[in-house]
Amino acid sequence: MDLHAVKSTPPTALFGMAVILLVALTGLFAPFIAPYGETEVVGLGFEPWGGDYLLGTDSLGRDIASRLIFGARNSVGIALATTVLAFLAGTALGLLAAGLGGWTDQILARLIDLLISIPSLVFALLLLSIFGTSIPMLVLIVAVLEMTRVFRLTRAVAMDVAVMDYVEAARLRGEGLFWVLRREVLPNITAPLVAEFGLRFCFVFLAISALSFLGLGIQQPTADWGSMVRDTAQLITFGEVVPLLPAGCIALLTVSINFVVDWMLHRASGLED
Amino acid sequence: MRMHPLLTMTLQRLGFGLLTLFAITLLIFFAIELLPGDLAQEVLGQSATPETVAAFRERLGLDQPPVQRYLAWLGGIAQGDLGTSLANGREIAGLLGARLGNTLFLAAYAAAIAVPLALVLGLLAALYRGSWFDRTVNVATLSSISFPEYFVAYILMLLLSVKWGLFPSIADIGPDAGLGTMLYRTFLPALTLVLVVTAHMMRMTRAAIINLLAQPYIEMARLKGASPMRVILRHALPNALAPIINVVALNLAYLVTGVVIVEVVFVYPGLGQLMVDSVTTRDIPLVQACCLVFAGIYILLNLCADLLAIATNPRLMSRR
Repeated sequence: MDLHAVKSTPPTALFGMAVILLVALTGLFAPFIAPYGETEVVGLGFEPWGGDYLLGTDSLGRDIASRLIFGARNSVGIALATTVLAFLAGTALGLLAAGLGGWTDQILARLIDLLISIPSLVFALLLLSIFGTSIPMLVLIVAVLEMTRVFRLTRAVAMDVAVMDYVEAARLRGEGLFWVLRREVLPNITAPLVAEFGLRFCFVFLAISALSFLGLGIQQPTADWGSMVRDTAQLITFGEVVPLLPAGCIALLTVSINFVVDWMLHRASGLED
Repeated sequence: MRMHPLLTMTLQRLGFGLLTLFAITLLIFFAIELLPGDLAQEVLGQSATPETVAAFRERLGLDQPPVQRYLAWLGGIAQGDLGTSLANGREIAGLLGARLGNTLFLAAYAAAIAVPLALVLGLLAALYRGSWFDRTVNVATLSSISFPEYFVAYILMLLLSVKWGLFPSIADIGPDAGLGTMLYRTFLPALTLVLVVTAHMMRMTRAAIINLLAQPYIEMARLKGASPMRVILRHALPNALAPIINVVALNLAYLVTGVVIVEVVFVYPGLGQLMVDSVTTRDIPLVQACCLVFAGIYILLNLCADLLAIATNPRLMSRR
């Protein structure tokens, strides 16, 4: 990206990219940045800010700043894994539905419609009560629920591409379905899928954080932003801003991603204003 | 005899709604069967004695074949009997009643403020597109959408309740509180929902109106010299009703589930709080009942939106 391109990028998008980069680096190098360990008890409960503990300690005497830093690794990492899983499943099924058409398509599409007709937070709660709360279960449940949205988008855009002449030509010259989907259809639908990935990540991230906040997602002692809000929530009644820190981290990251995606969509739509 | 197209479409949508609801009962019920192994053992844990496991299985009816259990469950629902809670053995229907009322009250309270506000803001942003007003509102709403509900809720609680002492931080509605008291005590949860939902609804309204104003017939109306007022009221508005109704319904449906988090933050005795509590205690019949009620409301709202959109469609309203 040259200087001119940077200048024409709106400040919100630049801000968003900076925050995303910062969070990614923090997550990657968390053990080197954090002054204390993730679950290490370093002092008494509720130590004040400043001094040895930049942002004080939580009820068990763990350093809040360190846990926020490790949260960048855990919360974002788990959400990223979930989103990738949702995308692999959703894109594969969507491509298959668009490529095969007919009964396969109808059955898949109706099943997904059914899954979407239940509000996803409520559905996630139902599944968690049945399967119990563990991180692999959480990832799987949220991935299945978000996969439905990816499926819908992939199917819709892939259907537009599947009727193009070049796809027809590939089929006529005897290429297999898998080859056609991978070499002809997939490269032509990557642009909308990339923007969707950003948006989906936000939804997944917010959904997992919400479940963790409700005490049903990522559990102690793993440092996670959503459950940190829950653990420190009672402090708000004493006028402390501590619960707002992890909540603010979540908000900052999702806002940043939305700014970047908004700018990407705007550019892709080719509108000047 | 040929039926009026309006009637045919209405009946179609009603039938489709019922079918979806039926399919959802199947999904909610048979989700249990997805669990590999035994539900009783899973819920009670490894240390449970065989006797307690057997007793649990009998209480849930797990000793009967699933199809038979499903039919009994469905039959019960049709008669208003949702079974009994595992945690305290009370009738679920009785537990849900008051909670549902509270949740609907909170959602209606938030909707009464958010819907008019969002429509006016969305319309203004669309009409003054690209102005500083539009841009400010765009950044503000994009941020507000991305915030988790509890972030907004705790900020409001910190400022309006703890720092300035204007409103109570716990939305504890007493059994005999008057309407005024209830509105006052639930103001903070309602305001949280308003902030989150307004942003969504406003953006979607703006997009719907902008999309509409780009249509050729609006251009045509402008070119033939119709006044801006007439273009908006006579040409745009009748066609804008359907998308706007959709936007409102989508957000009301969101409101009903968005309350889950807000209820937990403000300790409000609603359906969402009940559901979260029963997930924690793994009170599965109660979770299933809550899920069914939420899904039912969701479908009902979407159905209403569909019907209203059909009823206000100018092309269907005119005589053939």
